[in-house]
Amino acid sequence: MRIDYPIDGRFGKYGGKYIPETLVPAVEELESAYKRYKNDPEFQDELSYYLTNYAGRPTPLYFAKNLSEYVGGARIYLKREDLLHGGAHKTNNTLGQGLLAKRMGKKRIIAETGAGQHGVGTAMASAVLGLNAEIYMGAKDAERQKLNVFRMQLLGSKVHEVMSGSQTLKDAINEALRDWITNLQKTYYLIGSVVGPHPYPMMVRDFQSIIGQEIIQQTREISNTLPNVVVACVGGGSNAIGTFFPFVDHSEVLLYGVEAGGQGIHTGKHSATLSAGSQGILHGMLTYLLQDEFGQIVETHSISAGLDYPGVGPEHALLKDLKRAKYVECVDDDAINAFLVLSKLEGIIPALEPSHAVAYAMKLAKHMNRSENIVVTLSGRGDKDVEVVSEYLRMKEKKEK
Amino acid sequence: MGSNRLRGKFDELSKKNEHALICYVVAGYPDVTTTEDIISSLVISGADIIEIGIPFSDPIADGSVIQEASHRALLCGITPDKCLRISQNIRSKFPDLPILIMTYSNILLKSGFRNFMTRSNLSGVDGFILPDLAIEESCCYIEQATKLGLATVFLASPNTPENRLKVIVNKCSGFVYVVSVYGITGMRKSFENYTVDAIKNIKHVAGSKIPVAVGFGISNASHIRFMVDAGADAVIIGSAIVEKIKSNPNKEKMLLELRSYIVSLKNACK
Repeated sequence: MRIDYPIDGRFGKYGGKYIPETLVPAVEELESAYKRYKNDPEFQDELSYYLTNYAGRPTPLYFAKNLSEYVGGARIYLKREDLLHGGAHKTNNTLGQGLLAKRMGKKRIIAETGAGQHGVGTAMASAVLGLNAEIYMGAKDAERQKLNVFRMQLLGSKVHEVMSGSQTLKDAINEALRDWITNLQKTYYLIGSVVGPHPYPMMVRDFQSIIGQEIIQQTREISNTLPNVVVACVGGGSNAIGTFFPFVDHSEVLLYGVEAGGQGIHTGKHSATLSAGSQGILHGMLTYLLQDEFGQIVETHSISAGLDYPGVGPEHALLKDLKRAKYVECVDDDAINAFLVLSKLEGIIPALEPSHAVAYAMKLAKHMNRSENIVVTLSGRGDKDVEVVSEYLRMKEKKEK
Repeated sequence: MGSNRLRGKFDELSKKNEHALICYVVAGYPDVTTTEDIISSLVISGADIIEIGIPFSDPIADGSVIQEASHRALLCGITPDKCLRISQNIRSKFPDLPILIMTYSNILLKSGFRNFMTRSNLSGVDGFILPDLAIEESCCYIEQATKLGLATVFLASPNTPENRLKVIVNKCSGFVYVVSVYGITGMRKSFENYTVDAIKNIKHVAGSKIPVAVGFGISNASHIRFMVDAGADAVIIGSAIVEKIKSNPNKEKMLLELRSYIVSLKNACK
């Protein structure tokens, strides 16, 4: 399968540019700048310099021996994006777009953030590249991720708490878009996932594809083959598409995207957009959405703020329709369990987002042969989540008593 | 036929040498019955064209006033079907009044453009304004609008380049909606010269083919004179009306205040 997308800004029928007219020239300016620098050796050299020396690439591909033995099946490898500077894969994208913004002569950066990881990534890239960042964060998210709010402030960024709507990631994106419409001449909107109008889903994918490229190289070095299965968590879907994209042509490699099943899809309290959503238009793109029968976007739920989003990148929508990737869900309980298991067995505290992927990989591995390999992208580390997890465990203990 | 009703209104006004006053309301805010009473008051006091806003959960082109009103209306259970019923009731009261729906693309997409636009047509709607539908994504919408004789209104911005303006003008069958400023909806104290340039520029491209209406931030008679002097054929008042509704919990007083407000605005259009 050779996928050469997007064509005219679309992944199949998904994607596009559903935006207010005022943003059209800004998005076109961005597209032409990106096209220009994408293949510019000087730009790529600078990006690669920062990725290596500042952010710490390549990240290791670690064989989780204890976890594999515990599960008893396939060999489980972890792609350690949690070791990237900033503590998550987000830095791959913020450095790329930060350098692009600089070349475009835009010094004011705005960004949205859910769990706060993209906000932190943006704040870091802005600090090191000499840009001024303002980050929009839903008030509810700011409350449950206080540590990251303080990190952003320490790094010199201004954090705007968003009080409108559901006060989570989608509202932060709405507010960032409104800011962009108002201040677009001087402002660069640094989107954190493979969402938004074209060219964002393509550009963010390109910056994140280094994850999958390294996995291919590293598995070849280790075993001279490709993994049998690749697993990543999907909120907006940037770490997943970055992991999947280089594998799309290798049809023998099975791709699994794990969405947040929350308290279970039947309860309605989840964020499993691809599994349970329908087609719609939000944040400039046509994609799968969680919406009611009238087209109103509904509130989502997940234990992890980073997966708590009612939309998903349009390229995932296409991969789902093509059946090239399989999208499944993992409930809060299972994600917490994987969080605890990985911490105890491997000494790695994962973020709650990739804990969903780890949980699903454990399920898959059990039914696979010991000679087979699974790679899980561990998209971030879990320091930010320890409070949420301890609260969760406390509540659970209370319920059981 | 929707686009005819609009054209008729603009012809009638231009014969009288008047400019059109277009008024926007958030359907279902504060409730459905009051919305209908508000629209009637607006029309009786001088509104030439009515925009019925169907609330959407994520209105990215709107400022805080319309966001909050939409949010409240949704919490009170407004649905697109109830909004169309408002249109139907207004249509039976005012057979010649041009009625437009302003909402976001997903509301139409969810029931299917064809389905939604057909039902709108049957409910007396004359056309649509969809602020998040760029012309590139509009082919299926335009096809249905043409079939049903509904008016299309696309937005143009101060930063829209001239070659793009030409395409936009050609795709509009109701009027061209000029966004006065870089920004979202909501009242402003004053406007800058770039707004004048934008109106002149768009007016130049539109020629006599199609009327040019200006919206975003307009709230008083001097704003209206400013836009009209720059060449606008129509002005659109939105947030200012919603704000008046919001700040006046007494319905009768609110309707009275709205009436005198609209009379003063309409006078500035003459």
